[in-house]
Amino acid sequence: MQEVFYHIANTFFLTIRDVLPIGLLLVFFQVVVLREAIPNLKRTIVGFLYIIAGLALFLIGLEEALFPLGEIMASQLTDPAFLAPADNPGVKLEWWHYYWVYIFAAAIGFSTTVAEPSLIAVALKASEVSGGALSPWGLRIAVAIGVAISIALGAFRIVTGTPLAFYMIAGYLIVVIQTMFAPKMIVPLAYDSGGVTTSTVTVPLVTALGLGLATTVPGRSALIDGFGLIALASLFPMITVMGYAQLSQFRARKRNDDTDE
Amino acid sequence: MTQFAKTLLDALRDLLPIIAVILFFQLIVLQQPFPEPARVALGLVAVLIGLTLFIQGLELSLFPVGENLAGAFVRHGSVFWLLLFAFSLGFGTTVAEPALIAVSQEAARISASAGMIGTSEEAQSAYALGLRATVALSVGLSLVVGVLRILKGWPIHYIIVGGYLIIVTLTQFAPPEIIGIAYDSGGVTTSTITVPLVTALGIGLSTVIKGRNPMVDGFGLIAFASLFPVAFVLLYGMTV
Repeated sequence: MQEVFYHIANTFFLTIRDVLPIGLLLVFFQVVVLREAIPNLKRTIVGFLYIIAGLALFLIGLEEALFPLGEIMASQLTDPAFLAPADNPGVKLEWWHYYWVYIFAAAIGFSTTVAEPSLIAVALKASEVSGGALSPWGLRIAVAIGVAISIALGAFRIVTGTPLAFYMIAGYLIVVIQTMFAPKMIVPLAYDSGGVTTSTVTVPLVTALGLGLATTVPGRSALIDGFGLIALASLFPMITVMGYAQLSQFRARKRNDDTDE
Repeated sequence: MTQFAKTLLDALRDLLPIIAVILFFQLIVLQQPFPEPARVALGLVAVLIGLTLFIQGLELSLFPVGENLAGAFVRHGSVFWLLLFAFSLGFGTTVAEPALIAVSQEAARISASAGMIGTSEEAQSAYALGLRATVALSVGLSLVVGVLRILKGWPIHYIIVGGYLIIVTLTQFAPPEIIGIAYDSGGVTTSTITVPLVTALGIGLSTVIKGRNPMVDGFGLIAFASLFPVAFVLLYGMTV
């Protein structure tokens, strides 16, 4: 019990430490450089308190409940004893024996991205700026599908031991080609969605999965092969978000063609 | 209160997929009993309330503050201070980022075991500190370039595609041990508090400046902040 209290206090302290420099920076530029009063001071302070309390509670909940469970599940799922077929437990594991790992990787990538606070923030802003044309939910689903694909692919990469650079360069190529054809409005937002996907919720769970895999797959090093999942997770959302916009545009055009006839 | 209830319901919907995934894998795939269900339930309630408060706090503080600050910088016409603000925001929030500290220590261990640097404690911590400074510097620089882009109206895709070309080229020459870390460092730099503020700043700037479209010019700061560190860490790996 005491441990839990210590954890709660510690998390609050760490969150304040994260928010404080940004607060000071804002105050310094607002008051010293720009010499302007902060508008709605009271509201702003209340908002910052909400952010600190919210983020701290969020992290405490994740660390007390979800992360330990996620880590146990990651290690159980990557355990060769679980993965080997029941009728032939001594078989040498090939990449297709890991199918539960790929499914878990995709599911955990998708579900953690949907709950990622910074992605929610960007989706809210994008919906506001586009005058509601871009639904926050649609954007987040598109990003979450991108993360799901990338984590599953990243798990496959660790199992097969293929070089990360190969996947990254192929992904970059797709992004470049899509950029030429995607609606101009979506491109900057799509680029941004790569960076926002991987923070509070996704990184710890995905890292646990990567390390679990890299330690149990023979011939992999946790230190070298454990990295790279995050990199893929910041690449593929760009592809799915641009794809989502292309699909919407294509469907809108088709609908227009239909009504023209 | 109704706003709060609506945010709470949204947050519940956001968390449902995680709950479903955990239940499915725990009970059906792994067929394990659920450890400490009360503790997990309590944790989920904390996550739910936390997410709700955070989203409410965004609308009350970080969003309006970021946009207001962008407007104030433009009114004062102080490009220098705006760029300095962008740099300090990027550098300051990254240099102390816990995820980055963890990654750079890991990177030092890998490099030491690969024989790139000395195995002594000092050599490793110097390497880790250098790496952290490199990433923080690159994030600061990326926001400066990103803000300049909004001011000048440069098209984003040339910079991003150019950045990719640089990264792909550097990958050929960088030591293999650093590549995974370099690519990952782009993802760990953007924290939950920085993202809303930076997004609001970009949108605020592109709303106030004539001839800019918030949708086309406002986004993209985060993209730079996840691109620049990759190139800089690859370079760091080549020089050290």
